[in-house]
Amino acid sequence: MKIVVCIKQVPETANVKIDPKTNTIIREGVSAVLNPFDEFAVEEAMRIKEKFGGDVTIVTMGPAQARDALLKCLAMGADRAIHLCDTALAGSDTLATAYALAQAIKGLSYDLVLCGKQAIDGDTAQVGPELAERLGIPAILGVKKVEVDPDRRTVRTHRETEEGYEVLECNMPALLTAIKGLNEPRLPTLKGIMGARNKEIKLVTALDLGVSKEHLGLEGSATWVSEVFVPQIKHKCMMIRGDDPEAAAKELVNKLIDIGMISR
Amino acid sequence: MSRKELVRILDTCTACGVCIKVCPVAAIRIEGDKAVIGESCTVCGICFNVCPVNAIKLERAETKVLEGYSGVWVFCEQANDTLKTVAFELLSKGRELAEDLREPLSSVIIGKEISKEIQKMSDFSLDKVYLVEDEVLERYSPDLYKNILCELIRRHKPSIVLFGATINGRDLAPRVAAILRTGLTADCTGLTIEDRQLAQTRPAFGGNIMAKIFTRTRPQIATVRPNVFKIEKSPRPGKKEPEVERVNAGEIMGTPQVRSIESVKEVLESAKKIEEAEIIVSAGRGIGRKEELRLIYPLADVLRAAVGGSRAVVDVGWLPHQQQVGQTGKTVAPKLYVAVGISGAIQHLVGMQTSDVIVAINKDSEAPIFKVADVGVVGDLFEIIPPLVEELKKVLEK
Repeated sequence: MKIVVCIKQVPETANVKIDPKTNTIIREGVSAVLNPFDEFAVEEAMRIKEKFGGDVTIVTMGPAQARDALLKCLAMGADRAIHLCDTALAGSDTLATAYALAQAIKGLSYDLVLCGKQAIDGDTAQVGPELAERLGIPAILGVKKVEVDPDRRTVRTHRETEEGYEVLECNMPALLTAIKGLNEPRLPTLKGIMGARNKEIKLVTALDLGVSKEHLGLEGSATWVSEVFVPQIKHKCMMIRGDDPEAAAKELVNKLIDIGMISR
Repeated sequence: MSRKELVRILDTCTACGVCIKVCPVAAIRIEGDKAVIGESCTVCGICFNVCPVNAIKLERAETKVLEGYSGVWVFCEQANDTLKTVAFELLSKGRELAEDLREPLSSVIIGKEISKEIQKMSDFSLDKVYLVEDEVLERYSPDLYKNILCELIRRHKPSIVLFGATINGRDLAPRVAAILRTGLTADCTGLTIEDRQLAQTRPAFGGNIMAKIFTRTRPQIATVRPNVFKIEKSPRPGKKEPEVERVNAGEIMGTPQVRSIESVKEVLESAKKIEEAEIIVSAGRGIGRKEELRLIYPLADVLRAAVGGSRAVVDVGWLPHQQQVGQTGKTVAPKLYVAVGISGAIQHLVGMQTSDVIVAINKDSEAPIFKVADVGVVGDLFEIIPPLVEELKKVLEK
């Protein structure tokens, strides 16, 4: 089983806070991490490899420091990594990102492409399916169980739906995107971390991709951000002191009756 | 194109350092008396907007608007041959956009026997309905649905196509966008027309930042979460029946690459209701332990409310993911939202702040949840909830 896993390094957004005075992001203490959804994809790739043999190639597109995220994946056990790193790729939207990744992946031999469902900085969940269309392979998005049948060359998955899950099957090669619940990602061992340093990280430039620059980066992007702003939350809240819980409860209920939320 | 041409620092830079504080990827530093953009820049544009002296310039690629695209389309998703509520929310917004553009509004409906649903659309002054019916289209199939939509879009060239940001809508829209080589903006919370283009507003960085996004290609495709736009029926006098074009599905749907083996229902009753519930009681980390949900359930019961939770509570496994409210969970807009022990991280607020009335119970009077709340109780939830339940029982169960 040859598996390609696409990953992204993201700012740890869960801890991002807003400075109430300047209404701007307080970045101090926010570090760059491997996108949490991608950890599930890397872990699943490792489990498939451990069960059936084969190898795992990690692919990312990003600035030089994204190498740290690649090293983590290699420390988890992946065999090699490909790093698309070129200023010509900067400013890519999901369409241009999927195109660049497809250009890097299409020359490889693979049975499965695994991605995290979405990156936590943009939360679009678009690069996975857009990549699958570019590669011309079937895609199942948001899977929480994966069963590979190497003999039949099929993969069977549980895809989360609004009512539960759907069991879906397709032929390989295929692309799957991973959600929380698929597995518990392993922590890299010390041996893994040491070993990662000796594994290959191949740097790929826009020139190596063999495409004209008009399809890459800002120029190749179909969408563009015209402005960004901090959401304004202005509101007047009626406060009730809870020192006397019973009185507070009564006051809250009366207030709810007053504004018509509940009626006697 | 090198990065310096994408984000440039002008000579007017005063090295005040404001941009350094806001950069989410730590790409800016001061060298000498000017800021310098480093290699890690992702051209997100945040610095551009905060610079007090307008010394940061962002180069933009030119808009390559294609001629001949016209009209607003809404993909109206169905389940069990019944249109989902989000379809009507999108039709309301779609009609507003179409009127701004003075272009027609159309919808695409795909299902097994879905034509009976067309009458429900008569309140939205639709000009046209593309009706696609076939036995095999009863349930969502990514391959069949994408083939149908791509072919219809190629034939009729709409300028804007809207999808509900449901599980299936967010599965389908990126496939369609990639095949058509056009732009897609996910999870929009605002859609307007500016210079005849679709201005799409969406949260990013976990809801800490809002971004306004335009699309250089056609059609402009966007997904919108359920419960973001209100259903507003057409103010136009007299109901207008849309023209219905029945599409021969067999000719264009192709064959599925992904095969459905079975569909399993497993979501809890309370979870199923969260997006449609009129009242939601949500628990946050403040409840301390999973066992303390026993305080929340009686409150939900007496209010006949669904139970939701913050990401903190879902991440530690106290509630299933389907019940999570927020940026990475569900967007809800009930009549009454009761937040218990939720501090109100932005990523939570973006999922519930359009609720009609918000009640927050939290011991920290500075908690951000009080900024969006209408009524706030500052106190210990363990002390306040039991008498609150008793008080509500007196009123509601009399």
